[in-house]
Amino acid sequence: MTTPETGINLTYFYDSFDRARMIGGFFMTIWLSLVCLFFSTIIGVVGAWLQGSRFVWTRRIAQGYIQLFRNTPPLVQMYFFFFALGNLLPRVKNEYGYLEPLFDNFTWAAVSLSFFAGAFNVEIFRSGIEAVPESTREAAEALGYNRLQAYLYIVLPLAFRVCLPALNNNLVNLVKTTTLAYAIAVPELLYVSNQIWSDSVNVPEMMVTLLVLYVALVGLLVWGMHRWERAIRVPGYGT
Amino acid sequence: MTASQPWTPDQPIVRIADVYKSFGAVEVLKGVSLNVMKGEVICIIGPSGSGKSTLLRCINALVPIDRGSIQVEGLETHDPKLNKLELRKKVGMVFQQYNLFPHKTALQNIMMAPVTVLKQDKAEVEVRARVLMKKVRLEGKEHSYPGELSGGQQQRVAIARSLAMNPDVMLFDEVTAALDPETVKEVLVTIRDLAEEGMTCLLVTHEMGFARELADHMYFTDRGVIVEHGPPKEFFSNPRDPRTQEFLSQIL
Ligand SMILES: Nc1ncnc2c1ncn2[C@@H]1O[C@H](COP(=O)(O)OP(=O)(O)OP(=O)(O)O)[C@@H](O)[C@H]1O
Ligand SMILES: [Mg+2]
Repeated sequence: MTTPETGINLTYFYDSFDRARMIGGFFMTIWLSLVCLFFSTIIGVVGAWLQGSRFVWTRRIAQGYIQLFRNTPPLVQMYFFFFALGNLLPRVKNEYGYLEPLFDNFTWAAVSLSFFAGAFNVEIFRSGIEAVPESTREAAEALGYNRLQAYLYIVLPLAFRVCLPALNNNLVNLVKTTTLAYAIAVPELLYVSNQIWSDSVNVPEMMVTLLVLYVALVGLLVWGMHRWERAIRVPGYGT
Repeated sequence: MTASQPWTPDQPIVRIADVYKSFGAVEVLKGVSLNVMKGEVICIIGPSGSGKSTLLRCINALVPIDRGSIQVEGLETHDPKLNKLELRKKVGMVFQQYNLFPHKTALQNIMMAPVTVLKQDKAEVEVRARVLMKKVRLEGKEHSYPGELSGGQQQRVAIARSLAMNPDVMLFDEVTAALDPETVKEVLVTIRDLAEEGMTCLLVTHEMGFARELADHMYFTDRGVIVEHGPPKEFFSNPRDPRTQEFLSQIL
Protein backbone atom coordinates (compact mmCIF):
# COMPACT_ATOMS: atom_id res chain seq x y z
CA MET A 1 0.00 0.00 0.00
CA THR A 2 1.47 3.33 -1.06
CA THR A 3 0.38 6.78 -0.05
CA PRO A 4 -1.05 8.01 -3.37
CA GLU A 5 -0.04 11.69 -3.21
CA THR A 6 3.70 11.30 -2.59
CA GLY A 7 4.58 7.74 -3.36
CA ILE A 8 6.53 7.60 -0.11
CA ASN A 9 5.52 4.59 1.91
CA LEU A 10 6.43 4.89 5.57
CA THR A 11 4.49 1.92 6.85
CA TYR A 12 5.47 2.44 10.47
CA PHE A 13 3.36 5.59 10.57
CA TYR A 14 0.09 3.87 9.82
CA ASP A 15 0.70 0.17 10.42
CA SER A 16 0.78 -0.57 14.15
CA PHE A 17 2.57 -3.88 13.59
CA ASP A 18 5.42 -2.21 11.71
CA ARG A 19 5.46 0.60 14.24
CA ALA A 20 5.90 -1.91 17.06
CA ARG A 21 8.71 -3.62 15.14
CA MET A 22 10.43 -0.30 14.47
CA ILE A 23 10.20 0.83 18.08
CA GLY A 24 11.40 -2.56 19.24
CA GLY A 25 14.36 -2.38 16.88
CA PHE A 26 15.17 1.14 17.95
CA PHE A 27 15.31 0.22 21.62
CA MET A 28 17.15 -2.99 20.83
CA THR A 29 19.87 -0.93 19.12
CA ILE A 30 20.03 1.46 22.06
CA TRP A 31 20.18 -1.38 24.55
CA LEU A 32 22.83 -3.25 22.60
CA SER A 33 24.86 -0.04 22.28
CA LEU A 34 24.64 0.73 25.97
CA VAL A 35 25.60 -2.78 27.01
CA CYS A 36 28.57 -2.76 24.63
CA LEU A 37 29.63 0.78 25.60
CA PHE A 38 29.67 -0.30 29.22
CA PHE A 39 31.50 -3.57 28.82
CA SER A 40 33.97 -2.36 26.21
CA THR A 41 34.94 0.48 28.55
CA ILE A 42 35.39 -1.97 31.41
CA ILE A 43 37.51 -4.17 29.14
CA GLY A 44 39.55 -1.11 28.18
CA VAL A 45 40.18 -0.14 31.79
CA VAL A 46 41.04 -3.66 32.92
CA GLY A 47 43.11 -4.40 29.82
CA ALA A 48 45.17 -1.22 30.20
CA TRP A 49 45.81 -2.21 33.83
CA LEU A 50 46.93 -5.69 32.76
CA GLN A 51 49.18 -4.18 30.12
CA GLY A 52 51.03 -2.34 32.87
CA SER A 53 51.43 -5.53 34.87
CA ARG A 54 54.75 -6.64 36.25
CA PHE A 55 54.19 -10.15 34.94
CA VAL A 56 55.31 -10.67 31.39
CA TRP A 57 52.67 -13.28 30.66
CA THR A 58 49.86 -11.03 31.75
CA ARG A 59 51.16 -8.38 29.38
CA ARG A 60 51.51 -10.91 26.58
CA ILE A 61 47.97 -12.16 26.97
CA ALA A 62 46.63 -8.62 26.94
CA GLN A 63 48.71 -7.87 23.85
CA GLY A 64 47.54 -11.03 22.11
CA TYR A 65 43.93 -10.15 22.75
CA ILE A 66 44.41 -6.69 21.29
CA GLN A 67 46.14 -7.97 18.18
CA LEU A 68 43.51 -10.64 17.60
CA PHE A 69 40.55 -8.33 17.90
CA ARG A 70 42.00 -5.32 16.16
CA ASN A 71 43.25 -7.23 13.17
CA THR A 72 40.25 -9.36 12.33
CA PRO A 73 36.91 -8.27 10.86
CA PRO A 74 34.24 -7.73 13.51
CA LEU A 75 31.74 -9.77 11.48
CA VAL A 76 34.07 -12.74 11.50
CA GLN A 77 34.50 -12.30 15.23
CA MET A 78 30.74 -12.31 15.71
CA TYR A 79 30.33 -15.46 13.61
CA PHE A 80 33.12 -17.04 15.56
CA PHE A 81 31.40 -16.35 18.86
CA PHE A 82 27.94 -17.25 17.68
CA PHE A 83 28.59 -20.29 15.50
CA ALA A 84 31.87 -21.67 16.81
CA LEU A 85 31.78 -20.93 20.52
CA GLY A 86 27.99 -21.11 20.65
CA ASN A 87 28.04 -24.64 19.31
CA LEU A 88 30.74 -25.79 21.69
CA LEU A 89 28.80 -24.72 24.74
CA PRO A 90 26.28 -27.14 26.26
CA ARG A 91 22.59 -26.76 25.55
CA VAL A 92 20.12 -26.32 28.36
CA LYS A 93 16.46 -27.31 28.72
CA ASN A 94 14.07 -24.37 28.60
CA GLU A 95 10.79 -24.10 30.51
CA TYR A 96 8.96 -26.19 27.87
CA GLY A 97 11.52 -28.98 28.04
CA TYR A 98 13.20 -28.15 24.72
CA LEU A 99 16.98 -27.91 24.39
CA GLU A 100 18.19 -24.36 23.84
CA PRO A 101 21.60 -22.75 23.37
CA LEU A 102 23.08 -21.49 26.60
CA PHE A 103 23.29 -17.89 25.36
CA ASP A 104 20.90 -16.17 22.98
CA ASN A 105 21.80 -14.15 19.89
CA PHE A 106 21.73 -10.86 21.72
CA THR A 107 24.23 -12.07 24.31
CA TRP A 108 26.65 -13.25 21.64
CA ALA A 109 26.34 -9.97 19.77
CA ALA A 110 26.99 -8.04 22.97
CA VAL A 111 29.96 -10.22 23.88
CA SER A 112 31.62 -10.06 20.49
CA LEU A 113 31.08 -6.31 20.00
CA SER A 114 32.31 -5.56 23.52
CA PHE A 115 35.51 -7.49 22.92
CA PHE A 116 35.91 -5.84 19.52
CA ALA A 117 35.55 -2.27 20.79
CA GLY A 118 37.31 -3.19 24.04
CA ALA A 119 40.51 -4.04 22.18
CA PHE A 120 40.61 -0.52 20.78
CA ASN A 121 39.71 0.94 24.16
CA VAL A 122 42.70 -0.77 25.78
CA GLU A 123 45.02 0.97 23.36
CA ILE A 124 43.23 4.27 23.82
CA PHE A 125 43.44 4.11 27.60
CA ARG A 126 47.05 3.08 27.43
CA SER A 127 47.93 6.15 25.42
CA GLY A 128 46.18 8.25 28.07
CA ILE A 129 48.00 6.45 30.87
CA GLU A 130 51.33 7.04 29.20
CA ALA A 131 50.60 10.77 29.26
CA VAL A 132 50.43 10.72 33.08
CA PRO A 133 53.88 11.67 34.37
CA GLU A 134 55.78 9.06 36.35
CA SER A 135 56.35 11.70 39.02
CA THR A 136 52.61 12.00 39.67
CA ARG A 137 52.39 8.26 40.21
CA GLU A 138 55.42 8.47 42.47
CA ALA A 139 53.78 11.19 44.57
CA ALA A 140 50.81 8.88 45.05
CA GLU A 141 53.09 6.05 46.04
CA ALA A 142 54.86 8.26 48.56
CA LEU A 143 51.45 9.04 50.08
CA GLY A 144 50.83 5.35 50.67
CA TYR A 145 48.73 4.51 47.61
CA ASN A 146 49.20 0.97 46.39
CA ARG A 147 49.36 0.29 42.66
CA LEU A 148 45.66 -0.34 42.24
CA GLN A 149 44.63 2.69 44.27
CA ALA A 150 47.01 4.91 42.34
CA TYR A 151 45.58 3.54 39.09
CA LEU A 152 41.96 4.03 40.06
CA TYR A 153 42.15 7.38 41.83
CA ILE A 154 45.01 9.17 40.10
CA VAL A 155 46.19 7.64 36.85
CA LEU A 156 42.88 6.65 35.32
CA PRO A 157 41.04 9.93 36.00
CA LEU A 158 43.93 11.82 34.43
CA ALA A 159 44.24 9.39 31.52
CA PHE A 160 40.51 9.73 30.82
CA ARG A 161 40.84 13.44 30.30
CA VAL A 162 43.62 12.95 27.78
CA CYS A 163 42.06 10.16 25.78
CA LEU A 164 38.41 11.25 25.69
CA PRO A 165 38.52 12.43 22.06
CA ALA A 166 39.89 9.06 20.91
CA LEU A 167 37.47 7.19 23.14
CA ASN A 168 34.68 9.27 21.68
CA ASN A 169 35.61 8.16 18.16
CA ASN A 170 35.75 4.53 19.08
CA LEU A 171 32.41 4.58 20.87
CA VAL A 172 30.78 6.24 17.88
CA ASN A 173 32.21 3.44 15.77
CA LEU A 174 30.84 0.92 18.19
CA VAL A 175 27.30 2.26 17.91
CA LYS A 176 27.54 2.05 14.14
CA THR A 177 28.98 -1.45 14.32
CA THR A 178 25.99 -2.75 16.30
CA THR A 179 24.29 -3.15 12.89
CA LEU A 180 26.46 -6.26 12.45
CA ALA A 181 24.18 -7.98 14.94
CA TYR A 182 21.82 -8.16 11.95
CA ALA A 183 23.95 -11.05 10.73
CA ILE A 184 23.00 -13.24 13.67
CA ALA A 185 19.35 -12.17 13.66
CA VAL A 186 19.32 -9.82 16.62
CA PRO A 187 16.20 -7.72 16.00
CA GLU A 188 17.96 -4.37 16.06
CA LEU A 189 17.22 -1.45 13.74
CA LEU A 190 18.74 -2.81 10.55
CA TYR A 191 17.19 -6.22 11.06
CA VAL A 192 13.65 -4.98 11.63
CA SER A 193 13.98 -2.52 8.78
CA ASN A 194 14.91 -5.40 6.53
CA GLN A 195 11.80 -7.28 7.69
CA ILE A 196 9.66 -4.26 6.97
CA TRP A 197 11.03 -3.63 3.50
CA SER A 198 10.70 -7.30 2.65
CA ASP A 199 7.02 -7.10 3.53
CA SER A 200 6.26 -3.69 2.05
CA VAL A 201 8.85 -3.27 -0.70
CA ASN A 202 9.81 0.20 0.57
CA VAL A 203 13.59 -0.16 0.57
CA PRO A 204 14.51 3.50 -0.15
CA GLU A 205 12.18 4.80 2.55
CA MET A 206 13.53 2.38 5.13
CA MET A 207 17.13 3.18 4.18
CA VAL A 208 16.54 6.89 4.67
CA THR A 209 14.81 6.14 7.94
CA LEU A 210 17.83 4.14 9.10
CA LEU A 211 20.27 6.88 8.17
CA VAL A 212 18.23 9.50 10.00
CA LEU A 213 17.93 7.35 13.10
CA TYR A 214 21.65 6.61 13.22
CA VAL A 215 22.53 10.26 12.74
CA ALA A 216 20.27 11.00 15.70
CA LEU A 217 21.68 8.22 17.87
CA VAL A 218 25.30 9.02 17.17
CA GLY A 219 24.56 12.72 17.58
CA LEU A 220 23.12 11.99 21.00
CA LEU A 221 26.19 10.02 22.01
CA VAL A 222 28.58 12.71 20.81
CA TRP A 223 26.58 15.36 22.62
CA GLY A 224 26.66 13.34 25.81
CA MET A 225 30.40 12.72 25.54
CA HIS A 226 31.08 16.41 24.95
CA ARG A 227 29.04 17.34 27.98
CA TRP A 228 30.97 14.84 30.01
CA GLU A 229 34.25 16.14 28.64
CA ARG A 230 33.28 19.64 29.72
CA ALA A 231 32.09 18.47 33.12
CA ILE A 232 35.39 16.84 34.03
CA ARG A 233 37.64 19.45 32.47
CA VAL A 234 39.99 21.02 35.00
CA PRO A 235 42.00 24.22 34.61
CA GLY A 236 45.54 23.61 33.50
CA TYR A 237 45.25 19.98 32.54
CA GLY A 238 44.55 18.04 29.36
CA THR A 239 42.92 19.30 26.19
CA MET B 1 69.15 -7.42 55.26
CA THR B 2 68.19 -6.88 58.89
CA ALA B 3 64.64 -7.09 60.13
CA SER B 4 62.61 -4.35 61.79
CA GLN B 5 63.32 -3.65 65.45
CA PRO B 6 61.50 -1.90 68.25
CA TRP B 7 62.35 1.77 68.41
CA THR B 8 62.58 4.21 71.29
CA PRO B 9 62.84 8.00 70.82
CA ASP B 10 66.39 8.10 72.20
CA GLN B 11 67.54 6.14 69.15
CA PRO B 12 67.94 7.69 65.70
CA ILE B 13 64.55 8.05 64.02
CA VAL B 14 66.24 7.54 60.64
CA ARG B 15 69.20 5.21 60.62
CA ILE B 16 71.05 4.78 57.33
CA ALA B 17 73.89 2.30 57.42
CA ASP B 18 76.31 1.60 54.58
CA VAL B 19 73.79 1.88 51.75
CA TYR B 20 74.72 0.96 48.20
CA LYS B 21 72.58 1.57 45.16
CA SER B 22 73.26 1.19 41.44
CA PHE B 23 71.13 1.93 38.43
CA GLY B 24 72.45 -0.57 35.95
CA ALA B 25 76.17 0.05 35.70
CA VAL B 26 75.96 3.45 37.40
CA GLU B 27 76.77 3.26 41.08
CA VAL B 28 74.82 6.10 42.63
CA LEU B 29 75.23 5.46 46.37
CA LYS B 30 78.48 3.97 47.60
CA GLY B 31 78.24 3.21 51.27
CA VAL B 32 76.23 6.08 52.67
CA SER B 33 75.64 6.18 56.42
CA LEU B 34 73.88 8.83 58.45
CA ASN B 35 71.64 9.08 61.49
CA VAL B 36 68.91 11.55 62.26
CA MET B 37 67.48 12.04 65.72
CA LYS B 38 63.86 12.90 66.33
CA GLY B 39 63.21 16.61 65.84
CA GLU B 40 66.47 17.21 64.00
CA VAL B 41 66.77 19.11 60.76
CA ILE B 42 69.49 17.92 58.46
CA CYS B 43 70.46 19.43 55.14
CA ILE B 44 72.13 17.56 52.34
CA ILE B 45 73.99 19.50 49.68
CA GLY B 46 76.12 18.40 46.80
CA PRO B 47 76.64 18.68 43.07
CA SER B 48 74.05 17.50 40.56
CA GLY B 49 74.04 13.75 40.10
CA SER B 50 75.71 13.03 43.43
CA GLY B 51 72.78 10.88 44.54
CA LYS B 52 70.88 13.22 46.88
CA SER B 53 67.44 12.53 45.43
CA THR B 54 68.18 8.82 45.24
CA LEU B 55 69.10 8.78 48.92
CA LEU B 56 65.84 10.48 49.93
CA ARG B 57 63.82 8.16 47.69
CA CYS B 58 65.47 5.15 49.29
CA ILE B 59 64.34 6.30 52.73
CA ASN B 60 60.67 5.84 51.89
CA ALA B 61 61.38 2.86 49.65
CA LEU B 62 60.42 4.52 46.39
CA VAL B 63 63.72 3.10 45.19
CA PRO B 64 65.02 -0.27 46.42
CA ILE B 65 68.57 -0.42 47.76
CA ASP B 66 71.15 -3.04 46.81
CA ARG B 67 72.97 -3.33 50.11
CA GLY B 68 72.97 -1.86 53.61
CA SER B 69 70.13 -0.93 55.85
CA ILE B 70 67.71 1.96 56.27
CA GLN B 71 65.48 2.07 59.31
CA VAL B 72 62.76 4.56 60.11
CA GLU B 73 61.56 4.28 63.69
CA GLY B 74 63.01 0.79 63.68
CA LEU B 75 61.17 -0.25 60.49
CA GLU B 76 63.59 -1.86 58.09
CA THR B 77 62.46 -0.08 54.95
CA HIS B 78 63.73 -2.66 52.50
CA ASP B 79 62.54 -5.74 54.27
CA PRO B 80 60.42 -7.56 51.66
CA LYS B 81 57.92 -8.38 54.41
CA LEU B 82 57.50 -4.72 55.30
CA ASN B 83 54.02 -3.26 54.89
CA LYS B 84 54.91 -0.25 52.72
CA LEU B 85 51.94 1.67 54.00
CA GLU B 86 53.31 1.55 57.56
CA LEU B 87 56.49 3.17 56.30
CA ARG B 88 54.74 5.77 54.18
CA LYS B 89 52.52 6.82 57.06
CA LYS B 90 55.70 7.70 58.95
CA VAL B 91 57.52 9.46 56.12
CA GLY B 92 56.17 12.38 54.10
CA MET B 93 57.87 13.53 50.93
CA VAL B 94 57.77 16.77 48.96
CA PHE B 95 59.17 16.97 45.45
CA GLN B 96 60.81 19.63 43.35
CA GLN B 97 57.97 19.62 40.83
CA TYR B 98 55.18 19.61 43.49
CA ASN B 99 53.47 16.65 41.76
CA LEU B 100 49.99 17.64 42.88
CA PHE B 101 47.05 15.73 41.46
CA PRO B 102 45.89 18.17 38.77
CA HIS B 103 42.30 16.92 38.65
CA LYS B 104 41.63 17.69 42.29
CA THR B 105 41.29 21.00 44.12
CA ALA B 106 43.82 22.05 46.73
CA LEU B 107 41.60 20.84 49.54
CA GLN B 108 40.88 17.54 47.80
CA ASN B 109 44.59 17.02 47.19
CA ILE B 110 45.13 17.25 50.93
CA MET B 111 42.16 15.06 51.79
CA MET B 112 42.60 12.29 49.25
CA ALA B 113 45.26 10.10 50.82
CA PRO B 114 43.80 10.04 54.35
CA VAL B 115 40.38 9.24 52.92
CA THR B 116 41.27 6.68 50.24
CA VAL B 117 44.41 5.16 51.74
CA LEU B 118 43.81 5.39 55.48
CA LYS B 119 40.00 5.16 55.17
CA GLN B 120 39.56 7.99 57.63
CA ASP B 121 36.24 9.73 58.06
CA LYS B 122 35.80 12.33 55.34
CA ALA B 123 34.28 15.03 57.52
CA GLU B 124 37.05 14.75 60.09
CA VAL B 125 39.72 14.78 57.40
CA GLU B 126 38.19 17.90 55.89
CA VAL B 127 38.39 19.72 59.22
CA ARG B 128 42.07 18.82 59.48
CA ALA B 129 42.70 19.70 55.83
CA ARG B 130 41.27 23.17 56.37
CA VAL B 131 43.52 23.65 59.39
CA LEU B 132 46.48 22.60 57.24
CA MET B 133 45.48 25.05 54.49
CA LYS B 134 45.58 27.75 57.14
CA LYS B 135 48.92 26.54 58.44
CA VAL B 136 50.52 26.84 55.00
CA ARG B 137 48.85 30.24 54.64
CA LEU B 138 46.53 29.33 51.79
CA GLU B 139 43.14 30.12 53.24
CA GLY B 140 40.68 30.95 50.50
CA LYS B 141 42.43 28.74 47.93
CA GLU B 142 40.69 25.54 49.06
CA HIS B 143 38.74 25.16 45.84
CA SER B 144 41.43 26.20 43.38
CA TYR B 145 42.89 23.59 41.09
CA PRO B 146 46.68 23.20 40.97
CA GLY B 147 46.61 24.74 37.48
CA GLU B 148 45.21 27.91 39.02
CA LEU B 149 47.89 28.25 41.70
CA SER B 150 51.41 29.71 41.53
CA GLY B 151 54.39 27.42 41.99
CA GLY B 152 54.90 28.53 45.56
CA GLN B 153 51.25 27.98 46.37
CA GLN B 154 51.30 24.54 44.77
CA GLN B 155 54.36 23.60 46.75
CA ARG B 156 52.68 24.64 49.98
CA VAL B 157 49.65 22.53 49.09
CA ALA B 158 52.05 19.64 48.49
CA ILE B 159 53.54 20.16 51.95
CA ALA B 160 50.07 20.24 53.50
CA ARG B 161 49.15 17.11 51.55
CA SER B 162 52.08 15.25 53.10
CA LEU B 163 51.30 16.58 56.57
CA ALA B 164 47.73 15.30 56.32
CA MET B 165 49.12 11.79 56.68
CA ASN B 166 50.61 12.80 60.06
CA PRO B 167 54.18 11.79 59.24
CA ASP B 168 56.98 11.76 61.80
CA VAL B 169 59.68 12.52 59.25
CA MET B 170 59.54 14.85 56.26
CA LEU B 171 61.75 14.59 53.19
CA PHE B 172 62.16 17.70 51.05
CA ASP B 173 63.89 17.25 47.70
CA GLU B 174 64.94 20.66 46.36
CA VAL B 175 61.45 21.91 46.96
CA THR B 176 62.29 25.50 46.07
CA ALA B 177 64.45 24.79 43.03
CA ALA B 178 61.62 25.26 40.54
CA LEU B 179 60.27 28.45 42.11
CA ASP B 180 60.66 32.14 41.34
CA PRO B 181 62.96 33.89 43.79
CA GLU B 182 60.03 35.83 45.29
CA THR B 183 58.03 32.69 46.07
CA VAL B 184 60.94 30.71 47.46
CA LYS B 185 60.59 32.56 50.73
CA GLU B 186 56.97 31.64 51.37
CA VAL B 187 57.83 27.96 51.04
CA LEU B 188 60.91 28.25 53.23
CA VAL B 189 58.85 30.00 55.91
CA THR B 190 56.44 27.08 55.87
CA ILE B 191 59.28 24.61 56.31
CA ARG B 192 60.81 26.69 59.09
CA ASP B 193 57.49 26.71 60.95
CA LEU B 194 57.39 22.95 60.69
CA ALA B 195 60.96 22.53 61.89
CA GLU B 196 60.29 24.83 64.83
CA GLU B 197 57.35 22.66 65.82
CA GLY B 198 59.76 19.79 66.13
CA MET B 199 59.21 17.94 62.86
CA THR B 200 62.15 15.80 61.82
CA CYS B 201 63.24 17.12 58.42
CA LEU B 202 65.69 15.91 55.81
CA LEU B 203 66.24 18.58 53.23
CA VAL B 204 68.11 18.53 49.98
CA THR B 205 68.55 22.19 49.17
CA HIS B 206 70.63 24.82 47.49
CA GLU B 207 69.35 27.54 49.81
CA MET B 208 72.53 27.94 51.83
CA GLY B 209 71.30 30.80 54.00
CA PHE B 210 68.31 28.77 54.96
CA ALA B 211 70.42 25.70 55.67
CA ARG B 212 72.84 27.62 57.82
CA GLU B 213 70.01 29.11 59.84
CA LEU B 214 67.87 26.02 60.25
CA ALA B 215 70.00 22.90 60.04
CA ASP B 216 71.22 20.99 63.03
CA HIS B 217 73.61 19.12 60.82
CA MET B 218 74.98 19.55 57.31
CA TYR B 219 76.00 16.81 54.89
CA PHE B 220 77.95 17.26 51.69
CA THR B 221 77.71 14.45 49.16
CA ASP B 222 79.72 13.91 46.02
CA ARG B 223 79.53 10.96 43.63
CA GLY B 224 77.60 8.76 45.98
CA VAL B 225 79.56 9.27 49.19
CA ILE B 226 79.23 11.63 52.11
CA VAL B 227 82.39 13.66 51.85
CA GLU B 228 81.96 15.81 54.89
CA HIS B 229 79.42 16.58 57.56
CA GLY B 230 79.12 18.68 60.67
CA PRO B 231 77.17 21.38 62.47
CA PRO B 232 76.45 24.27 60.09
CA LYS B 233 78.69 26.85 61.82
CA GLU B 234 81.77 24.71 61.43
CA PHE B 235 80.70 23.26 58.12
CA PHE B 236 80.30 26.63 56.43
CA SER B 237 83.11 28.57 58.09
CA ASN B 238 85.72 25.88 58.12
CA PRO B 239 85.16 23.16 55.53
CA ARG B 240 88.03 20.67 55.55
CA ASP B 241 87.68 18.64 52.36
CA PRO B 242 88.80 20.40 49.17
CA ARG B 243 85.68 19.20 47.35
CA THR B 244 83.47 20.82 49.97
CA GLN B 245 85.53 23.98 49.79
CA GLU B 246 85.21 24.11 46.04
CA PHE B 247 81.48 23.44 46.05
CA LEU B 248 80.81 26.05 48.74
CA SER B 249 82.91 28.65 46.98
CA GLN B 250 80.92 28.12 43.81
CA ILE B 251 77.56 28.29 45.43
CA LEU B 252 78.01 31.01 48.09
N1 LIG C 1 65.50 5.80 37.97
C1 LIG C 1 66.77 5.94 37.55
N2 LIG C 1 67.26 5.16 36.57
C2 LIG C 1 68.53 5.29 36.15
N3 LIG C 1 69.40 6.18 36.63
C3 LIG C 1 68.97 7.01 37.60
C4 LIG C 1 67.64 6.95 38.10
N4 LIG C 1 67.51 7.89 39.06
C5 LIG C 1 68.69 8.51 39.13
N5 LIG C 1 69.59 8.00 38.26
C6 LIG C 1 70.98 8.43 38.10
O1 LIG C 1 71.58 8.44 39.37
C7 LIG C 1 72.46 9.53 39.51
C8 LIG C 1 72.10 10.32 40.76
O2 LIG C 1 70.83 10.91 40.58
P1 LIG C 1 70.11 11.76 41.69
O3 LIG C 1 68.84 12.23 41.12
O4 LIG C 1 70.05 11.01 42.96
O5 LIG C 1 71.12 12.97 41.85
P2 LIG C 1 70.92 14.33 42.62
O6 LIG C 1 72.06 14.45 43.56
O7 LIG C 1 69.57 14.41 43.20
O8 LIG C 1 71.09 15.39 41.48
P3 LIG C 1 70.32 16.78 41.24
O9 LIG C 1 70.98 17.79 42.09
O10 LIG C 1 70.53 17.03 39.78
O11 LIG C 1 68.89 16.56 41.57
C9 LIG C 1 72.37 10.32 38.23
O12 LIG C 1 73.47 9.99 37.44
C10 LIG C 1 71.10 9.84 37.60
O13 LIG C 1 71.21 9.88 36.20
MG1 LIG D 1 67.82 15.54 42.82
